[in-house]
Amino acid sequence: MSSKPDLTWMYTQMVRIREFEERVKRTFTDHPGVIRGHTHLADGVEASIVGSVSTLREGDQVLATYRCHGYPLAMGTSADAMMAEIYGKATGLCKGIGGSMHLTDPANGFLGTSGIVGQGIPHAAGAAWAAQIRGNQDVVLSFFGDGASKQGSFHETLNVASLWKLPIVFVMENNGYNVVTQSFQEDANAAAGQDLSIKATGYAMPGVTIDGGDPVAVHEAVGAAVQRARDGEGPTLVESKVYRLSAHGNLIAPPGVPLHYPEHEAIEVFGDTEQYAAALRGDPVPRMRGRVVSEGVLTSDEAERIAQEARDEMQAAVQFGLDSPYPELDEALAYVHAS
Amino acid sequence: MSRELPYIAAIDEAIHQEMARDETVLYYGQNLATVENAPFVSDFGADRVRVTPISETAEIGMAVGAAMAGLRPVVELYMAEFMLVAMDQVTNEAPRMRAMSGGQVKVPLVLKAGYGFAAGWAGQHTGVITNMFLGVPGLKVVAPATPADAKGLMATAIRDDDPVVFLHHYLLTLVHGDVPEGEYLVPFGQASVRRTGGDVTLVATGWMVDRALAAAELLAGEGIEAEVIDPRTLAPLDMPTILSSVEKTGRLVLVDQAPRHSAVSGVIAGEVAEHGFGLLKAPIVQVTALDATVPYSEPLEAHVLPDEDRIASAVRSVLGTAPVAA
Repeated sequence: MSSKPDLTWMYTQMVRIREFEERVKRTFTDHPGVIRGHTHLADGVEASIVGSVSTLREGDQVLATYRCHGYPLAMGTSADAMMAEIYGKATGLCKGIGGSMHLTDPANGFLGTSGIVGQGIPHAAGAAWAAQIRGNQDVVLSFFGDGASKQGSFHETLNVASLWKLPIVFVMENNGYNVVTQSFQEDANAAAGQDLSIKATGYAMPGVTIDGGDPVAVHEAVGAAVQRARDGEGPTLVESKVYRLSAHGNLIAPPGVPLHYPEHEAIEVFGDTEQYAAALRGDPVPRMRGRVVSEGVLTSDEAERIAQEARDEMQAAVQFGLDSPYPELDEALAYVHAS
Repeated sequence: MSRELPYIAAIDEAIHQEMARDETVLYYGQNLATVENAPFVSDFGADRVRVTPISETAEIGMAVGAAMAGLRPVVELYMAEFMLVAMDQVTNEAPRMRAMSGGQVKVPLVLKAGYGFAAGWAGQHTGVITNMFLGVPGLKVVAPATPADAKGLMATAIRDDDPVVFLHHYLLTLVHGDVPEGEYLVPFGQASVRRTGGDVTLVATGWMVDRALAAAELLAGEGIEAEVIDPRTLAPLDMPTILSSVEKTGRLVLVDQAPRHSAVSGVIAGEVAEHGFGLLKAPIVQVTALDATVPYSEPLEAHVLPDEDRIASAVRSVLGTAPVAA
C-alpha cells in the first residue's frame, strides 16, 4: 500500500531485477544464440519500477513497453517462467511466442506490452476505462519512455484520459535517450530546459518530475497520483528521471554475428565517459543498499543475504530456461485466434 | 419473423441487441452520443456509450486495452480510411496480443467502418482498402452485402473473441431488405450463394454483389446461367463453397471494387489456381476497379468501377462467346 513503503521489500525487488537483468545480459556471452532478436534491460531503472508498483493493490493493472522485465518480477511473476520466455522455451510465461519484448502475466496484474513505441499507452487507457466501469477504484499504471512522448498516441491518450477522468497514472521513465538520440536533440521541452512533465499542462492534468533513482520518492509521487486516480479525479503524468545503465538493446546484427551488449550510447556514440561515470555513481541499487543499512532497516549481513538469494534465484532461472524444451511446432498456430 | 429494414438500421439493431444482452459491450466513436437522449446512450448510459475526440489511435488503442481487460468494444470509425491513421493499432496491436501472450489474453473488439463511398467523395474517402486488413493472422474481416447479413454478421462480430474489422458499404446504407427480428447470427467463414447457375461462377463482395446479380440477369436473357457467390467474410474466407461451385461451372469471374492488385479477388484467384486448376475450362478473369485514385467527376468515377456490362463481358469471354474484356 502507498502509505508506508516497505524498504526491505523494495530493496529485495530491486536486487532481484538487477540480478535477473545481469543474467539476461550475460546469456549473450555465456550461451550465445540462446537469446534471439532484440532485448532491452531495466538495469538502472529498478528504483522507479519498484517504487511505482509498490503503490498497487489487488485489482490494479500495469501495461508497459518492450523494456518489460522489471515490472512482472516485482509483481509476483516467476523468474523461471520469464527467463524461459526470453529463451523461447515451452515453459515460458507466454509459451515462447512473445519473447523478451512481450512478457504478459494477467494473473498478476501485468496485462501486457507493445513493442511499438508509444502504442501501449492507449491500451492502458482502455484498461483504465474498464476499471472505471467496474467501479472498484482500481487503477492502471502506464509505463513508457521519454521517446514515446513524441508519438501521437501519447498526446491523443492523455487528452481523452484527462477528459474522461480515467483512473490511470502515466509513468514516463525518462532515461535521457531515444535509442541513440539524446532528449535535447528531439524534444522541444528538453531543448528549452524544461521538465518533460510540463507536457501534462497541455492536457489539464498534474505533471510532476521526480528522481527515479529513489524508490521512496517514486513511491510517494506515484502513490499520490494513484490515490488521485482512485478518488476519481483523473490521471497524472509522472516523469521519473532514470538512467538505464546498459545500451538501448543488444547488438542488432544478422545471424552469424553473435549478439552482445555494446557500451552505453553515452560512451559508444557520444564519447561522454563522464556522463556514464556519473550515472554509475548514482546507481540506484547500491544507493538503496546503503540506505537500508545506514537507516538500520537491515544489517549489512542481511542485505548481503538478500542479494545472495536473488543471485541464486536468478541463476536457477537461467538453468531452468536452458534445461527447458522448445515448444512443439503446432504451438505456432495455437493462439492466433480465440474463437 | 422478419420485416424490411435499411442496411444501416440492421447494423444498429444488432449493436443494440448485443448491448442489451451483454453489459460488457461498449459503443463509442466520434460525434456519437453528444446529447443525453442520443440513441444508445439513453438506453445504455454514458459508461458504455461515449463520444470521443478525433483520435483514432487512442480510440482503437483503448479498444485493445479495454478488450484485454474484459470488455467488448465496438468502435464507430465512420470511414475505413480513418483507420489508416491508426494502422499500427489495427494490424500490429489488436491481432498480435493474444498470440504474443501465449493465449493469456483475448482481444474481442469490432472496428465498424464504412467503405467504397463512390458518390463524389473523390480520392480519399472512396477507397476499397479491404486488402490492407487481409493476411493479418488474428484479424477477421467481414463485409456484408445485405441488411440481414449486416445484422447477423455484426452480432457475430461482437460475440467473437477476436478483433473484427466490420466493413459496411456506404452505397448500401439505405438499401432495404428482409431482416430477421430478435437474435440473428450469421457465422463467419460461410459464403452465401445468392443465385444458382451452372455456366459460370461469379464471386463478388459488398456493393458488387448487386452488380453481379444484375449482370447475371442480363446474361440469363442470353441463355447463360451464372452462379453468384458472396463470401460475406473475407477473413476467414469460405474457399470450399467457391471451389465446389467452380467444380460445377468450370469457369470463374471475380468481381471486386478494389484496384486489381489490392483486391480480395486476387486471393481467391490464387487459391482456385492452386486448388482447382483441373476444374477450370477457361482462365480466371478478375473484374476490378481500374488502377486509379477514384476521380471526383461523375463520368470518370463510373468509368473506373466495375459495372454490370463489364461483368457480363467478362462472363461472355470465359464462355468463349466474346473477346476477353479489357
